[in-house]
Amino acid sequence: MLEVFIFATLNGLVTGLLLFMLASGLTLIFSMMGVLNFAHASFYMLGAYFAYSISLYFGFWSGLIFAPIIVGVLGALVERYGLRRVHQQGHVAELVFTFGLAFLIEEAVQFFWGADTKNYQSPDLLDFPLFTLFGQEFPAYRGFMIGISVAIFIGLYYVLTKSRIGIIIQAAITHPHTVSNLGHNVPLIFMGVFGVGSALAGVAGVIAGPVLTTFPGMAVVLGSIVFVIVVIGGLGSLAGAFIASILIGLLQSYAIASNLGMPDLLNLLGLEFGRDHPLTDLWTLTLPQIAPILPFLLLVLVLIFRPTGLMGKREQ
Amino acid sequence: MTVLSLRNVTKNFGETEIIRGVSLDIEKGEKHAIIGPNGAGKSTLFHLISGLYGVTGGSIKFKEQEIQNKQPYEINRLGLARSFQVTNIFARLNVFENVRCALLWSSGYKYSFWHLLGRQKELNEKALEVLEQIGLKDKMHFPAGELAYAHQRALELGIAIASGAEVIMLDEPVAGMSHSEAENAVELIRKITAGKTLIMVEHDMNIVFDVADRISVLVYGEVIACDKPENIRANPKVQEAYLGEVVGSA
Repeated sequence: MLEVFIFATLNGLVTGLLLFMLASGLTLIFSMMGVLNFAHASFYMLGAYFAYSISLYFGFWSGLIFAPIIVGVLGALVERYGLRRVHQQGHVAELVFTFGLAFLIEEAVQFFWGADTKNYQSPDLLDFPLFTLFGQEFPAYRGFMIGISVAIFIGLYYVLTKSRIGIIIQAAITHPHTVSNLGHNVPLIFMGVFGVGSALAGVAGVIAGPVLTTFPGMAVVLGSIVFVIVVIGGLGSLAGAFIASILIGLLQSYAIASNLGMPDLLNLLGLEFGRDHPLTDLWTLTLPQIAPILPFLLLVLVLIFRPTGLMGKREQ
Repeated sequence: MTVLSLRNVTKNFGETEIIRGVSLDIEKGEKHAIIGPNGAGKSTLFHLISGLYGVTGGSIKFKEQEIQNKQPYEINRLGLARSFQVTNIFARLNVFENVRCALLWSSGYKYSFWHLLGRQKELNEKALEVLEQIGLKDKMHFPAGELAYAHQRALELGIAIASGAEVIMLDEPVAGMSHSEAENAVELIRKITAGKTLIMVEHDMNIVFDVADRISVLVYGEVIACDKPENIRANPKVQEAYLGEVVGSA
């Protein structure tokens, strides 16, 4: 039982940190520009595909460095030549633009790489068990995923709270006009944040590709959960996004690892239903079966009981 | 010497004309107030000068340069800073960080991911000087959003002057303040804008007539009078615009 708990926790952390890498960029972009970027997870997918192609010729490590840079530059170009122009037409136009972009990227990925799953592998260097506990091995690559995510977030935290650009970004999040009136080139800062946010999504794609498989639907799979996280954490709150990411990572991981289900609950209540009961599908549900919808259930609960999200503030 | 010059400036929102051909010259070192009834277009005029809105027609020259098509940050870099009608401090940052943020560009610090703020000795000293000037040095580590209202407005003034601009535009700097708070704020405005050009939108006529060298009266997007305070007070057109009130008697 203990080993199940420990491994579920570690796997939950891996997923949670990965989700945060996406959610942090999305929430930063939203707070600065008021844009809910539906194409954010598409940059994550592009990260995985670029890294896959680069790894075929130059190995995994080159992909880890160059794929996020390419994705970041692409993100910055999308902001500069797409979103900035669409912005003048209002929020609906922006939403439609990012929605369309997500479709476009998915089609482009299928066009260039095909619709099949790519054999994107983790590096041989990390192909060993990091440790063995209760006879179960924890792969070094997953440890690497935790390490790189944590390193990026410590870096991000430092940049945002301690550096020159960080203080301007923090100020521009709430008052872009005032910051602009202090001589700061806010459009350039927006473009930079959009680029870095996209690059972070790209990094997530590079390291998640070998584990969560690299296929054209990977953006859709993770994209919806990332939106759930940003709303649960509170729109625009980095700390909230972090808590929500870890919470959902752990929640899903525990649900998958557990073997509990409705039969256990019925037993506890002393109830029993026959196999021919009309609701037999409901009475035999197990937690692993409903794990994928748990984030959405949590979203509904948060929206009912705390509509601003865990850490969100209602701006005046 | 004219530092800011507006010529026949217009601004339409859709079919609605908000600013209808404003021409105005602001002299260097002058304390200029813009008054007018609600909805006259005073804040819109500020937005046009500071670059937040683009003009529909006409030209705005700042220090002989046309600025009507420039971005707000470009106009600020030429030497013009402003405050907003609604307090616009950075509520999530502390008081010290607010001022440092305002000082960064004007002090020549470029954007950098790796230069830590704590190590920018000169910047921090300048920020402390500004805090001293606005009387908030003892509150430097307070989150700005938790300051008392009058202190928030003082901080906003600090942010405006920290950017090093020679022309300061203040949009209703004492709105919502008690009488004594307003008196202190006026003192502060006098102190920190000494030697600079001040353009101020304000509803409190006592303060306007006390501070301003010259007053422009804006009604329905047009300047109906621009003169010294005593002449404005006696101007029948101005009195009519204020529905018969004797301007400056409050």
